[in-house]
Amino acid sequence: MKNDLVLRVLGRLMIPAILLFALYVQFHGDFGPGGGFQAGVIAAAGIIFYALIHGVAATRRLVPDGVVETMVASGVLIYAGVGLAGLLLGGHYLDYSVLSHDPVHGQHRGIFWVEVGVATTVCGVMLKIFYMFASRGNSED
Amino acid sequence: MLAHFTNIITVFLMVAGLYIIIARGNLIKKLIGLSLFQTSVYLLYITPGKLIGGTAPIISPQYSVYSNPLPHVLILTAIVVGVATLALGLALAVRIREAYGSIEEDEILDRDHSVEADEAKGAH
Amino acid sequence: MAISVVAIVVTRNLFSVIVLSGAYSFLMATVLVALDAVDVAMTEAAVGAGVSTVLLLGALHLCKSEEAKPVHKPWLPLAVSVSTGALLIYGAWGLPDFGDPDAPIHQNVVPRYMENEVDVPNVVTAVLASFRGYDTLGETTVVFTAGAGVIALLRRRKKGPEKTREKA
Repeated sequence: MKNDLVLRVLGRLMIPAILLFALYVQFHGDFGPGGGFQAGVIAAAGIIFYALIHGVAATRRLVPDGVVETMVASGVLIYAGVGLAGLLLGGHYLDYSVLSHDPVHGQHRGIFWVEVGVATTVCGVMLKIFYMFASRGNSED
Repeated sequence: MLAHFTNIITVFLMVAGLYIIIARGNLIKKLIGLSLFQTSVYLLYITPGKLIGGTAPIISPQYSVYSNPLPHVLILTAIVVGVATLALGLALAVRIREAYGSIEEDEILDRDHSVEADEAKGAH
Repeated sequence: MAISVVAIVVTRNLFSVIVLSGAYSFLMATVLVALDAVDVAMTEAAVGAGVSTVLLLGALHLCKSEEAKPVHKPWLPLAVSVSTGALLIYGAWGLPDFGDPDAPIHQNVVPRYMENEVDVPNVVTAVLASFRGYDTLGETTVVFTAGAGVIALLRRRKKGPEKTREKA
């Protein structure tokens, strides 16, 4: 599909919009519909769209396997780290109120980092699974 | 009747998924049946949370009646976990296809039986 | 939506089944919007119609796209499914009415969630990340584990010179 002009131009236009929308969903999740799970899936969908147009090899150059695997693991670690931070600052595990002087502000900060962790893991896992299936197919053709 | 309309739809979807899982031998078709079954569970959870005249649970001064947010949270995570497990199942199906050359349940069982019979012959 | 479900059950070409299930997911997302579950609808549209369709097609590319004719008669599974369905509908009559504000689901923890001591307007996000933080940590771990399982199952075995490079 690399040479299809319509797809290439549409991809140029839409992929930045999709990624921007993912960021919007991520950071606006406190006020409107959205959050880490959706943002991760949308970002992964944008990159998979790129892979469908330009091929998996080009996407692997853009988003290498090492980065994706690091994302898979680091998301869970960020989440667990937020819990540990609460523990170290004298609260319970995953208690965000102690993360800042003001409990409400602390809650906001905790939710923000937890959502970042969720989005990182979900996006990484989706991309990794897609890479695994796609590269398996190429090896057999 | 009308009060339970949503439940009837849920049960219909669930039964359709169940039928695919039991009756069809193709592993990918079985996985699709499983995800049909899963969407029926989404409906089962979400429908009791809806209030007539309610709005989405995003606090705003214009509204006072909100639908129940708890099922939304549960199902939100269930969907993402569902697609991850679906991918795991597909990976298993791909490996089975590479080992047996088929993803039809009957052919796989046939091959297992013939291999067992051969081994029994070899033992004698 | 019911039509697309019946079509999924009947159709034997797996490619059309997968496209149908993508369409079904979008319909399900619209139903979820009507039921006020905007967050869930967003996830369903992105996951069900987007990512899982791509994954199914990717797996289909590695397998045969035509389903074999069933060898057995479908009567026994049909009977089991229909009787299960009848039983479930009978049980559904005991559930509260649709949209009933006095149902037990609206009475217990939800008023506390709605008071919103976290001060985040989207209650779904507040419950997801704060009130049920352990739950979400578990779910994230499940997603992580599933990803690790797929990597373990589908990783290509390295041969020859690549193997030594992997060791190094």
